[in-house]
Amino acid sequence: MKPIVPKKHEPVRIGFYVCHCGTNIAGMVDVAAVAKYVATLPNVAVSRHYKYMCSDPGQELIQQDIRENRLNRIVVEACSPLLHERTFRKAAEAAGLNPFQVQMVNTREHNSWVHTDRTEATRKAMALARAAIDRVPHHKALEVKKVAINPNVLIVGGGIAGIHAALTLARAGKMVYLVEREATIGGHMAKFDKTYPTLDCAMCVLSPKMASAGSHENIHLWSYSEVSKVDGYVGNFQVTVRRKPRYIIEDLCTGCQECVDACVYREPKFADEFNLGLGKRKPVFLPFPQAIPPVTMIDPEVCLNFKRGKNPDGSHTVSDKCKKTCVEACGDRKAIDFRQTDEFKNITVGTIIMATGFKIFDAKRTPFYGYGIYPNVYNALEVERLINASGPTEGDLILRNGQRPKKVAIVHCVGSRDENTNRWCSRVCCLYSLKLAHLIKEHTDAEVYNFYIDMRTPGKGMEEFYNRIAEEGMHLIRGKVADVYPDLDDGQTGRLVVQAEDTLTNKILKIPVDMVVLGVGLEPHPDAENLRRMFNLSCSAEGWFLERHCKLAPVDTFTDGIFLAGCCQGPKDIPDSVAQAGAAAAEAMALIDKGHIEQEPNTAYILADECSGCKSCIPLCPYTAISFDETREKALINEALCKGCGTCVASCPSGSIVQNLFEDEEIFSEIRGVLAPVPA
Amino acid sequence: MPKPKVAFYWCASCGGCEETVVDLAEDILGVVEKVDIVLWPVAMDFKYKDLEAMPDKSIVATLLNGAIRSTEQEEMAHLLRRKSRYVIAYGACAHLGGIAGLANQFPREQILKFNYEDAPSVVNEQKTRPQLSFAHNGHNPTLPALHHVVRALDQVVDVDYYVPGCPPTPKITSAAVTALLENRLPPKGSVIAPDIALCDECPRKASKPTNVSFTHFKRPHQMLMDPEKCFLAQGVVCMGPSTRSGCEAACTCGGMPCTGCFGPTSRVRDQGLKIMSSLCANVAPKEEADINKVLEGIPDPVGTFYRYGLAKSLVRRKVTLPVK
Repeated sequence: MKPIVPKKHEPVRIGFYVCHCGTNIAGMVDVAAVAKYVATLPNVAVSRHYKYMCSDPGQELIQQDIRENRLNRIVVEACSPLLHERTFRKAAEAAGLNPFQVQMVNTREHNSWVHTDRTEATRKAMALARAAIDRVPHHKALEVKKVAINPNVLIVGGGIAGIHAALTLARAGKMVYLVEREATIGGHMAKFDKTYPTLDCAMCVLSPKMASAGSHENIHLWSYSEVSKVDGYVGNFQVTVRRKPRYIIEDLCTGCQECVDACVYREPKFADEFNLGLGKRKPVFLPFPQAIPPVTMIDPEVCLNFKRGKNPDGSHTVSDKCKKTCVEACGDRKAIDFRQTDEFKNITVGTIIMATGFKIFDAKRTPFYGYGIYPNVYNALEVERLINASGPTEGDLILRNGQRPKKVAIVHCVGSRDENTNRWCSRVCCLYSLKLAHLIKEHTDAEVYNFYIDMRTPGKGMEEFYNRIAEEGMHLIRGKVADVYPDLDDGQTGRLVVQAEDTLTNKILKIPVDMVVLGVGLEPHPDAENLRRMFNLSCSAEGWFLERHCKLAPVDTFTDGIFLAGCCQGPKDIPDSVAQAGAAAAEAMALIDKGHIEQEPNTAYILADECSGCKSCIPLCPYTAISFDETREKALINEALCKGCGTCVASCPSGSIVQNLFEDEEIFSEIRGVLAPVPA
Repeated sequence: MPKPKVAFYWCASCGGCEETVVDLAEDILGVVEKVDIVLWPVAMDFKYKDLEAMPDKSIVATLLNGAIRSTEQEEMAHLLRRKSRYVIAYGACAHLGGIAGLANQFPREQILKFNYEDAPSVVNEQKTRPQLSFAHNGHNPTLPALHHVVRALDQVVDVDYYVPGCPPTPKITSAAVTALLENRLPPKGSVIAPDIALCDECPRKASKPTNVSFTHFKRPHQMLMDPEKCFLAQGVVCMGPSTRSGCEAACTCGGMPCTGCFGPTSRVRDQGLKIMSSLCANVAPKEEADINKVLEGIPDPVGTFYRYGLAKSLVRRKVTLPVK
């Protein structure tokens, strides 16, 4: 369609459309009354209501009106602009109108969905419409600019989601920076024994992927590293990564572990983080046999060659007091460097995938289950390690007192679905508890009691898995465990009594057991809030990173170019994490392969004649888009770098910076409009 | 040809604006020669009834200084509007409400009580207050009433032009008068001064770094100030970036920061908000407690950022006060 060239001083002709959205809007707002009211407002040429404005006939209605009524402004009162602003801009553009002559009014999320009084909601719809009608005459035709995209991708978090996304992108030829906070990638999955519903061994499926991620020519794997700074925007993020000192030079270490054998500590003595403290390691160690990168590290907190305690800046001082048998063993490889310090890497990437995972619920917050008080109470992840062949007991399920349990209780929903802790369902604890029940029975032939609130087994193959486990002869008791306490008849073995009400028989059960396994839920990382700020993301009330739209944009965020994968977005199991990681990789690729970003023209510019050169704006720009022109003594905005945040506009003390789509007159007209009286 | 008639009038003002007219020095003679002054209470004796008797629009221009606080001032503003072709708001009080406008932070009763009863210098045991009218010897003299708030001139009558400043400098006064006499007037509603902020003409401009960030604020009497360096770079609040130029940087050249008397540029509706937005965004600390510490250096934000512009700001007054 040929663009409509406005005639000089052509009067403003607004087309107004209020959408029923089925009954979403029309159920609470009298849309006919809104359309009738708007028809009386200045500059309005057409005012209509229609069942679904976003449908093809709805869009055609706008296009037909543009052509037949020579409309030059469009106001659509419907849902959030996040959902359909693009739809209506495109529709108007197809009819020859500049897309930025379109304004959306959100009367669904901001009105009909949140109100219960039809009369008042209708009046609010009118007030919101009036604001837009008063605003659009000030709109100008604007051009979309294209900016090249950097094809490299940053992936934050090296669990299964991060690994899968990294491999997908690397296979497509994209350069990936995979940043993992721990010394090895693998995340939680690397700690699991077997995985439901197929009961295949977690490491058997994970370790080939970890190895590929470690060796792929397109993946820069930075373990024991954290992102410390993020600047820029989609297509051009400047990221600083802090590579923490592991005191082993990664490129020189061959993973032979001779240093570990040679350490002056003959026996492992220190709590082993990978096994959640159930096993021991030396000051120099490999986190676990299949760690990627296969590089040892030194714990300066306990290594004799360092002074005890941290310096105020978090670093450690070398004491040189150890015989350094490890250095001797390393020999010519010279991979050990006690003087390593933080190394900061600056990279530029076009897109980012967040795959920062979750934290298990700390069962100490539900003290009535005795975690941390009675040694025979374990959380589920600890049990994963105990039954794992590469775990601290090499797969032999032995309690802290050295005995093999004969009776085991598994408590579901620990910390989950509870107003006092986390309200949400962890989505995985029913199924992993069933899996643990099976594995415990398999390893020890113990009698296993599963205490559940509701048995939730959605998903492919999951109900079948439940039936299979149930048939293996588990006790499945529908009841929330109220208390775990020592069995008074037993002074020696640490036997516990699990008390619960069986809600199917209305009986209080008190079952003596040797071991209690707590099916702890999933919660956001405590430092997710820091990441959220650093990456400018939104969080749900619970603290999970918020997707742009739960159905239509489930891996996008509200920050263009940043995507979500895995449990940082909410609890999910391995298949879902991997699926989401693939989706995030595909979304990143869709941006990269397009080659450029279409930049919303809501950029700011300086009124050069009016700028006094006071420089107030320059340090405020988060995108460093403003510089000082020394010859003219005025500020200058690089439009390609401007992201339209408006910070400089708001702060310009003499009002000499203007932002497209947010000009003062547009905003003040909108305010006047929304405050204008509407019919009762 | 008869000389054009001109009126000078004062409302809630300090007399400084009148002083500027006199400060035109010998230039005033040129002005007096070319015009016929029909009203100038500070210098000449005219009666209001003479003014009332004049035909409407018979005065070419009225230069009115001072804000509108009393019923009498409001009445005179309306009368002069009727009699004049151009009404010119002269000086910061008529333009923006001025220093007098700071009274809009307090209820009228609080102001009267302080001034007639509580102020340390007041001796008034009977707590006598001025009355709007009283009977005396068979006469019934009346006094004008005070409005609840102070208003700028254009919040009361239509204003054609504004001459900014507290007081306006002789230079911009002459420029305005010349423009008027030579009939080279800008579009109605213009402020007769450049529409660019003060930094543009400030000799200290070059010494402002591009990354000024405030770790403290100091008032001029609290420190020895560098005589050449940008005040903001020294942590002294200067209203220059949000204030119209045209004064030839009189204050900053004289060793004091700009206090904002020329008002905002035409693109800004609220001078105080704009400078606050700019200064606060450039405060170095990011934690609330540390930010508050920096802001402690500005003990009177209204008096600092709205010294002349409170009556014309977006809030105009303490929100519990009536609009007039």
